Amino acid sequence: MTEPPFEPAEPTLAGTQDLTAAGGHGAVPTSGVPTEQAPAAAARREWPLWEVFVRAKRGLSHVHVGSLHAPDAAMAVRNARDLYTRRQEGVSIWVLPAGQITASSPDEKDAFFEPAGDKIYRHPTFYDVPEGVEHL
Amino acid sequence: MYGNDFQAPGEHAPEETAIDGSRIRAHDLDAQFQAIIEGDGRIEPRDAMPEAYRKTLIRQIAQHAHSEIIGMQPEGNWISRAPSLRRKAILMAKVQDEAGHGLYLYAAAETLGADRADLLDMLHNGRQKYSSIFNYPTLTWADMGAIGWLVDGAAIVNQVPLCRCSYGPYARAMIRVCKEESFHQRQGFEILHTLSHGTPEQHAMAQDAVDRWWWPSLMMFGPPDTESPNSAQSMAWGIKRFSNDDLRQRFVDMTVPQAEALGLTLPDPDLTWNAERGHHDFGEIDFTELFEVIKGNGPCNRQRMEQRRGSHQDGAWVRDAAAAYAEKQTARAAGQETAA
Repeated sequence: MTEPPFEPAEPTLAGTQDLTAAGGHGAVPTSGVPTEQAPAAAARREWPLWEVFVRAKRGLSHVHVGSLHAPDAAMAVRNARDLYTRRQEGVSIWVLPAGQITASSPDEKDAFFEPAGDKIYRHPTFYDVPEGVEHL
Repeated sequence: MYGNDFQAPGEHAPEETAIDGSRIRAHDLDAQFQAIIEGDGRIEPRDAMPEAYRKTLIRQIAQHAHSEIIGMQPEGNWISRAPSLRRKAILMAKVQDEAGHGLYLYAAAETLGADRADLLDMLHNGRQKYSSIFNYPTLTWADMGAIGWLVDGAAIVNQVPLCRCSYGPYARAMIRVCKEESFHQRQGFEILHTLSHGTPEQHAMAQDAVDRWWWPSLMMFGPPDTESPNSAQSMAWGIKRFSNDDLRQRFVDMTVPQAEALGLTLPDPDLTWNAERGHHDFGEIDFTELFEVIKGNGPCNRQRMEQRRGSHQDGAWVRDAAAAYAEKQTARAAGQETAA
């Protein structure tokens, strides 16, 4: 494998390379660091991405907890157990190929949900109840 | 990741989606992003976001993930030499957690359209960094205590505000991470407490570890605010919530009484309570050391990178075999379907 040429930015105290504590586990550079790899590297055969849903306990529905890479569904379930339920966070796991999810709209915007916006009469609080009327 | 409708890199600028060459839509998307940020709302993966925001997050989340993965090494070093089965089981659980933290974070970075394999490549070829704290050696068992107490303690101070980060998947990953880190810090504190109240030799070992890890832990918060020019933008975006110096001060204030409880001294003669400020004053930090370590001249940079690359290469056959097996099973299932 040939690696892309590496020209590290020289950090200096003068701050040509900024650092931030928000790197979480200690200061990391915030400038002079690429976020995308050279296109040549894209030819690999990578494990597909799976979305993971966990039922925390009986009586609750499965909830999306995150994603992971795995070669197949069986391994995805095992990896999900090791990654997302190390502290008994679940009693059941679903995995789903990330590409199989159909989402409501490409950008999670209001228009699609707008029709419900002016129908406040669908909520019980819309109605006036006379004083003293109970169990309604 | 949330669905499969990412724009390819380069197609990301909202202007390109404009109809009839108008920039109105791009303008709207910008305004929507700003409105969410200003309302302290959360940006989710498929929202429009400025390219600089996306890149800043990928850089930060990826390097945070790298730190977790490299962070397995200094402690992994002591698993086989832990002084009891109890300590060994705890240390293994902790190192496994670090792997988990790395994976939560890589998953969060991928929601921004980054590719985990690319990110790992950039770790392996040195184009992306990891926290310099992991370039210090773990010389004695007491270092397991000092890392848990000081390094994970500093990490918690950094990470708790990230639970409210404006980017949803990052914030959610950090909530999981923070829950797990508190066990890490306590087990470290317990190691040091046991050593500190043991034989004189054990006490000395604990003190030596604290002496070596104190200053590097303070450096984890980054350079002083005056030399941190990009912080303002990260603050404006709600990625960063407190300045480097504020977080460092918080860490010092919370650690001093804990050191007293341990019966250990923090190696700073200038460390005193300042009643006027309501905070501890502390000595000057040698940031030239931090920059030397980031440049690659720390005690263990070369060793950490060699081990990481080695592990990745040694695991290649496993990854390939699993992929080949999955392909074979898929092909077989497809064959049966056509036969039926």
